[in-house]
Amino acid sequence: MSATLRVRVWRGGAEGAFREYEVPRHESQTVLDVVTHVQRHLDPTLAYRYACRVGMCGSCAMTVNGAPRWTCRTHVDKVAKEGRLEISPLRNLPVIRDLVTDMREFFDKWARAKGQFRGERRRSDDFARVSPQSEKRRLADVAIECIGCAVCYSACDVVAWNPGYLGPAALNRAWTLVNDERDTQQAARLRAVAGDAGCLSCHTHMSCTDRCPKALSPTAGIAGLKRAVAAAALRGEL
Amino acid sequence: MSIRGETRLWIAQRASAAVLALCVLVHLAVIVYAVRGGLTGAEILARTRGNAAWFAFYSVFVLAVTVHAPIGLRAVLGEWLAWRGRSRDAVLLLFAMLLAWMGMRAVLAVFA
Repeated sequence: MSATLRVRVWRGGAEGAFREYEVPRHESQTVLDVVTHVQRHLDPTLAYRYACRVGMCGSCAMTVNGAPRWTCRTHVDKVAKEGRLEISPLRNLPVIRDLVTDMREFFDKWARAKGQFRGERRRSDDFARVSPQSEKRRLADVAIECIGCAVCYSACDVVAWNPGYLGPAALNRAWTLVNDERDTQQAARLRAVAGDAGCLSCHTHMSCTDRCPKALSPTAGIAGLKRAVAAAALRGEL
Repeated sequence: MSIRGETRLWIAQRASAAVLALCVLVHLAVIVYAVRGGLTGAEILARTRGNAAWFAFYSVFVLAVTVHAPIGLRAVLGEWLAWRGRSRDAVLLLFAMLLAWMGMRAVLAVFA
């Protein structure tokens, strides 16, 4: 282990450049530790975003040596080839400054994909009973742990090619609700996720699945949405 | 294009891909058979002329290509050149007609 790391950090907005820093190397050091060192000891004007530091909030995602990652859960010794790191903001999102991206479009797409739950029961009604063993509940279970970090969205080539594309996270969210027996806007949701900006545009590159820090498979959910949309179209319900 | 239209195109492309997977295998087998047996052009024509099964198979092949290729090209033009909208679809319709014409012309040339 060398004593220092050579770290190139993106500075500026959409137009900007990498600036190089030397950061002391430590045992069990994470990439977030490195960014924090730069901001606290070398350049206080560096803008970056984090909150929990333990892989729960999903706010510290950045591009590290070319791949989107949670910086808090990425150990330097796993990614720093020959003591070098290159840290830039997430791809496919507008850069506000340095390592901070504007997440509005990402979350607006969740809303556009009908990512909101809408049930029909009221507070006075009894609980809905959904069997944990039912197929739909199990399908929802494997997709429901998403925390909205946008790593998959940043990894997705289709988002880069088609800016209107809803993206893996929004479609994954829609898939959990398609499998929610209590939800009442199923037909509207399938219409929302079909079309040029929806699930049918996915090329199954599986970059989202490859990069997801929670080991979810948005690709599998999107494939499920494709089947549901096609079946609805064949039944004349789309 | 409407959501229903987009979805129908997607289904058409997947269905035509399934047909093409079979057609390409049969087509390759026919080529290998013709080449390994050392058939001459005249011998090939003697087998294909008036052969309804051969004509039907290659007509289906051409139809599947006519459906499949323009829809795939539609995505490529949209994603790589950001060309969307009616002008793209009009050009691709012409491209589909060109494929159908060229394909059927070749099929008829060795059938009739």
